[in-house]
Amino acid sequence: MNLVLAVVVGGLYAAGLYLMARRSVVKLIIGLCLIGHASNLLIFVSGGLTRGRPPLIRPGAETLTAPYADPLPQALILTAIVIGFGVLAFAMVLIHKVYVAVGSDDLDQMKSTDA
Amino acid sequence: MKLLLVLPLIIPLTAAGLSLLVWRSRVAQRAVGLIGMAALFVVAVLLLSAVMKHGICATQVGDWPAPFGITLVADTFSALMVLLAATIGLAVTVYSVGAMDPQRESFGYYPLLCVLLMGVCGAFLTGDLFNLYVWFEVMLIASFVLLVLGGERPQMEGAIKYVTLNLVSSAILLSAVGIVYGLTGTLNMADLAGRLRQIEMEDAGQGSFVTAVAMMFLVAFGIKAAAFPLFFWLPASYHTPPAAVSAVFAGLLTKVGVYGLIRVFTLLFVHDIGFTHGLIALIGCVTMVTGVLGAAAQNEFRRILSFHIVSQIGYMILALGMFTGAALAGAVFFIMHNIIAKSCLFLVSGVAHRIRGTYELSRLGGLYRDYPFLAVLFFIPAMALAGIPPLSGFFAKLAIIKAGLDIQEYVLVATALLVGILTLFSMTKIWAEAFWKSAPQEVDHQPATTAPRAAGYDRATRIMLIPVIFLAAMTVLAGVGAEPLLGLFSRAADELLDTTRYIRVVLEVRS
Amino acid sequence: MKSVILSTASRLVHPLLLMFSVFLLLRGHNEPGGGFSGGLMAASAFVLHALAHDAQTARRALKVQPQTLIGAGLLAALAAGIVALAIGEPFLTGSWTSFHMPGLGEWTLGTPLLFDVGVYLVVVGVSMLIILSMAED
Repeated sequence: MNLVLAVVVGGLYAAGLYLMARRSVVKLIIGLCLIGHASNLLIFVSGGLTRGRPPLIRPGAETLTAPYADPLPQALILTAIVIGFGVLAFAMVLIHKVYVAVGSDDLDQMKSTDA
Repeated sequence: MKLLLVLPLIIPLTAAGLSLLVWRSRVAQRAVGLIGMAALFVVAVLLLSAVMKHGICATQVGDWPAPFGITLVADTFSALMVLLAATIGLAVTVYSVGAMDPQRESFGYYPLLCVLLMGVCGAFLTGDLFNLYVWFEVMLIASFVLLVLGGERPQMEGAIKYVTLNLVSSAILLSAVGIVYGLTGTLNMADLAGRLRQIEMEDAGQGSFVTAVAMMFLVAFGIKAAAFPLFFWLPASYHTPPAAVSAVFAGLLTKVGVYGLIRVFTLLFVHDIGFTHGLIALIGCVTMVTGVLGAAAQNEFRRILSFHIVSQIGYMILALGMFTGAALAGAVFFIMHNIIAKSCLFLVSGVAHRIRGTYELSRLGGLYRDYPFLAVLFFIPAMALAGIPPLSGFFAKLAIIKAGLDIQEYVLVATALLVGILTLFSMTKIWAEAFWKSAPQEVDHQPATTAPRAAGYDRATRIMLIPVIFLAAMTVLAGVGAEPLLGLFSRAADELLDTTRYIRVVLEVRS
Repeated sequence: MKSVILSTASRLVHPLLLMFSVFLLLRGHNEPGGGFSGGLMAASAFVLHALAHDAQTARRALKVQPQTLIGAGLLAALAAGIVALAIGEPFLTGSWTSFHMPGLGEWTLGTPLLFDVGVYLVVVGVSMLIILSMAED
């Protein structure tokens, strides 16, 4: 399972970078999203995988019995997803406004502020 | 005491919330912004004095014990950075009251500024690696919106690059945090420091793995700090928003990246100093040279200043790479000097823009004849930036160069000196073009964005000059009072190098 | 795009979605749900409204301005943290109080709920601000 997820993480990074290297702003943003998801999944994998053992204290018990899934990576990913949502929402507005201002989604048309 | 650690986060958040509630009234928003920033400034002063008196202090948010909960911790370096952030926040808010246009003001300029300040203070105060990432994101999202507020085409073009590279760096940072967690099972920085040492002692083979993670942090913070290979987003975007926004970005955002580098490469990754810190010093050198050469090729007020940010980030990184107490003290001194002088210069550029309606050096000119006082206000921070005694920049550079000589890094020292001379060249170029030469004949081939004004300062411009005078005075004072300040910075450097105190305070804190 | 079916359906579904969002918010304390998902659900109710009619109608249906919602939400979340400071605990420490409501039995209210309400308001406000600003362009 670790191997599969590792390949998926790598694939997401690769796809994200490929999309970022395209000239379209929309693809750029999709690429950024994929990279964000790859990072989230990476945290998930590196936190260690435990199947079918949620970190919940069973009724009647006082503490968790090992083995149980580490809850912290899940909390981290949840936070990162929420942040990613905010950034994505902003990025949507940005590409919309960029399109209105520039009249194109071609990154090559956006070089006037470069040094 | 514990309260002082939380207040730098509570105050800007309260100010942001309140000014959103009164968003219809621009006057009320200004008032809330000003009061909030003033309160933040007072709290930052109190925090620094408390840290000076009692040493490093820490608190556990939500009463979860370390290393499980989120720790807020202030050592001298953090407290100093919070104070600098508050200073710039206050200065820029005062400036904005005079400078900001009604459209931006009513679209949430002040709340965004408050949230930005909260993110910056949070990043300086947190003792948790993931929390550091979160504060970075808070700061970034606020800065994204501030950057595009107004929606002019150059802003949009700059924002695309700014957003892209900063999001990439955030993703790398997040991945690195994830790997660190997988490696050690903790994210509390004090706890991490101990675990990482333990890992290296138990298994030498893991050392290279730790180095790989360290490189990820270097890249992530390096992008945010605008260090050498990945700095292009900065000069492409910092000259596009209004001068007040540029000033706050120039003063604070890249320095948060530098703060991250310094924190991580003094507390966590010190297992292979020869390689990691050697690389950092090299990057610092190259950053200095590229930045200053890039500036030499520019002919626009704020573009020159933007490239100089890159160049001066190089000094700070170089000093971190030297990794001695004296060098780190110099780095802290340089950060302080740079935050103040740089923001001041950007604010001056805004005043010049207001008077002449352009940032192009070829179309500026005659400012010295018409506005001698403004010329003086430019001259002081510009010379400080170039490192002319007795201003703050001279002593900051002197501290770094002396530290370099102590460890016989003559190449690094020579580079730093050379870059200093080139900085002087750029500053004299702005001086000669914008202030000294006579005003160009009005052969306008391109229309100015706002109409040029008659000589004399109107009311709004006078308000804009208040923070400029304040910051310029601070650069002079920091130069005159370099000796006691250097004592403070040495103390900050000692705390950075001797990590045991930091670790002990954080792990022993009982809420 | 005007569709009779969509506008009629949205009028019927709108209150249901809002009630469901409040349900999610309250349920979130111990079970899946919470301020974030509840807030998104509420925002989606207004987005449906905007799709069925137009952005102006959705803005009117929201009754308060999104900015006000964000501000109120930030202050509510902050208040949840400050309660702890006021009783001498570290910032954001959860605290609860129990009281008896005539006819409704024993109630326990805590600062985490207040925090969640703040998150709810901020999420509704931010989503609506973004969506309305895009729709009204």
